[in-house]
Amino acid sequence: MSVVQRPKEAYLNVFAYRMAPREEYFTRGHRACQGCGPALGFRHIMKAAGRDTIVVNVTGCMEIISSPYPYTSWAVPWIHVAFENAAAVASGVDAAIKALQRKGRLPKKKINILALAGDGGTADIGLQALSGMLARGHNVTYICYDNEAYMNTGVQGSSATPFGASTTTTPAGRVSFGAGYWKKNVAAIAAAHDIPYVATACPSYPLDLIRKVRRSFELEGPAYIHLFAVCPTGWGIPPELTIRMGRLAVETGIFPLYEVEYGRYKLTIDFPQGLRPVEDYLKLQRRYRHLTPEIVQQIQERVTAEYERLKKMEKVTQE
Amino acid sequence: MKLKERPIWKELPFACCIPEPGNSVYYKTGDWKTLKPVVDKMKCIKCGTCWIFCPEYAFEEDEYGYFEPNLEYCKGCGICARECPAQCIKMEEEVVE
Amino acid sequence: MAKRTGIEVSIAIAEAARQANVDVVSAYPITPQTHIVEHLAQLVADGDLDAEYITVESEHTAMSACVGASAAGARVFTSTSSQGLALMNEIVYLASSLRTPVIMALANRSLSGPISIWNDHSDVMNERDTGWISIFANNGQEAYDLTLMAFRIGEDRRVMLPVMINFDGFILTHVIEPMYIFDDEEIADFIPPYEPVCVLDTDNPITMGPVGVPDIYTEAKKQQEVAIRESRPVIDEVFEEFARRYGRRYKPVETYKADDAEIVLLAQGSVIEAAEVAVDLLREQGRKVGAVELRLWRPFPFDDLREVLCGNSIKQVVVLDRCISFGGPIGPVLSEVRSALYLEKDRPMVVGVVAGLGGRDIHIEEYMEMFRIGEECLRTGKDAGEEPELVKIVGLRE
Repeated sequence: MSVVQRPKEAYLNVFAYRMAPREEYFTRGHRACQGCGPALGFRHIMKAAGRDTIVVNVTGCMEIISSPYPYTSWAVPWIHVAFENAAAVASGVDAAIKALQRKGRLPKKKINILALAGDGGTADIGLQALSGMLARGHNVTYICYDNEAYMNTGVQGSSATPFGASTTTTPAGRVSFGAGYWKKNVAAIAAAHDIPYVATACPSYPLDLIRKVRRSFELEGPAYIHLFAVCPTGWGIPPELTIRMGRLAVETGIFPLYEVEYGRYKLTIDFPQGLRPVEDYLKLQRRYRHLTPEIVQQIQERVTAEYERLKKMEKVTQE
Repeated sequence: MKLKERPIWKELPFACCIPEPGNSVYYKTGDWKTLKPVVDKMKCIKCGTCWIFCPEYAFEEDEYGYFEPNLEYCKGCGICARECPAQCIKMEEEVVE
Repeated sequence: MAKRTGIEVSIAIAEAARQANVDVVSAYPITPQTHIVEHLAQLVADGDLDAEYITVESEHTAMSACVGASAAGARVFTSTSSQGLALMNEIVYLASSLRTPVIMALANRSLSGPISIWNDHSDVMNERDTGWISIFANNGQEAYDLTLMAFRIGEDRRVMLPVMINFDGFILTHVIEPMYIFDDEEIADFIPPYEPVCVLDTDNPITMGPVGVPDIYTEAKKQQEVAIRESRPVIDEVFEEFARRYGRRYKPVETYKADDAEIVLLAQGSVIEAAEVAVDLLREQGRKVGAVELRLWRPFPFDDLREVLCGNSIKQVVVLDRCISFGGPIGPVLSEVRSALYLEKDRPMVVGVVAGLGGRDIHIEEYMEMFRIGEECLRTGKDAGEEPELVKIVGLRE
């Protein structure tokens, strides 16, 4: 079994994991698949958010697996309403907390409001509510766990499904090669709303994820975090490769880690020695097995171009 | 755990709310696995990588700082074995008597 | 001391929300409810109402934010009509199943298509089975009074259900009516502070809205059904207290000259006031007619309706529906009234008519036509006319 080449700093950081908060507010006994990326992500997110958090979670994998009556994996107040209204319900919670604290009916302590939704509940059906919430400036952190399809209902394609990926509604067939559209860049849409904080994160880098979630709550106003959530079941990889797949996505530039704080872009990790070829990431997943070298080349060109663009954005906005 | 899986309608909490936070700990997912992790304490460097990367939060720190997998919850995904920097975790087939 | 003042009904309803000291207003503008949300926004902007006003981007979000705010412990108020209500329909069901007492002022407007901004009851009838408490107002005073009472009813710890107060769009919303508006002090202790049963509280974490697995879904619906049925005594209590304190008595089923009537017209909303004029005219001609208003729509007042309609002089009921149940038994009010009376041995005959669709005025002559239809049925002995399921639209140009 080969060990992935990592930047040297990664080895020095290996004991830093012990410093992560030990309290678990998203606890064990949930019904997620073996090796579930988003479940791990949620564990990290709740370590960052802490006890004084109200969670608004909408229909999706993570809601279903964590709240089958009578069991709940949540040790914080949690509400599920429907599928497309994470941002809407969170707006209501934010308004209620503001009004009640101002009127003296609630103690004036900081309460984190967290809206959690999948890529389907964000990029597709939930986009309107998200845009409204960001535009109105509610004090909510919205985290989209992106497993790149409607996983809960059986791996159907969403607009966050990457180019060429085979899902049950964008299957690879004799006349089609899978999803024919490029992945919707919801983080860019969120950044276009001029909100204080936008970030991309991945559970394969847990300390970075925890830092970003904490930062999103520190800043007053709406924040958006796009979480790369590896789904072994839907992507066709062995469950043990979840963490490795997240690292590969970052190292190939397919999912760059960056933050945008008040419009200033900053790459979290850069690879001065160059990005790995996208093929290293694609070849390990069954949903990409059908890809021809031409399509892989198309993907490579687009990934490289977008990564360059991101670096330019960083340069331009940091001045 | 006070809530029943099949209550009569009067026992159902108000609006189906679950008033016991985190009570999924009463649901043991350990029987899902076919492979179980075995930690070699001679090689373990107590870094906590297995603990931070387990989606189930199945690792518990003992009094000496070693992280032991709780087999009642472990689903046998193998992430810990794959990620351990000291290569001290092996996935072995679980045999149930 | 309540002042009698000329005030637009929409403004009065917004004032009711202010007097109830709502915490969160989450509403999307739609004709003909716009003046309500506009006035509320002005009240918040001037500091007359200390509330969070969420300028939501759709009605679906409006109701979602209401549910979220109510779950977090706030008193919430919203308002909508027609298409907006249809859009938020999904969440309307959730508001009642999550037991969040959202108070909604519903300006009844016709459902598209073709698109119509004018008044009929197709929007509220679409929400029959949602588990909300639903009450009709006939005029501005009633709309104002009932909005205040809605907070008492919905937020009562024995009820904890959302309430919709229905009033006809344009006919009521845009009319300036002389009515008694309470002084803030008079009404202040009528509505106590909102104390939720289930609330999102970091000191007492609960999970709201878990997956309703087949093992419990039936029991959950039973709980909800019991809740709305048991809200009836609370509604009676609130009506009684309001009457005692402020002198205006509201009943689940209202009657006008029905005590010795042979034929009655049963309707909901502002049409009743015009129907009463027709009743008076016909009474002058010596005809024994009356009017009955089904004020309380949900929970359906079975006993009150049977008491009013059965075992007395009434032989024929003409039910006026303000919307059509396509391919079904004419209209929803007709089918529910018939169903309520089915088991009574001495029930009157019941015929249904439809009128006033899409805001069409119902003239006094047309009310008289409805009574004439009732007389025809009585005379021929065919209690629903020649073809019982034929939709008789009074006022249709043929």
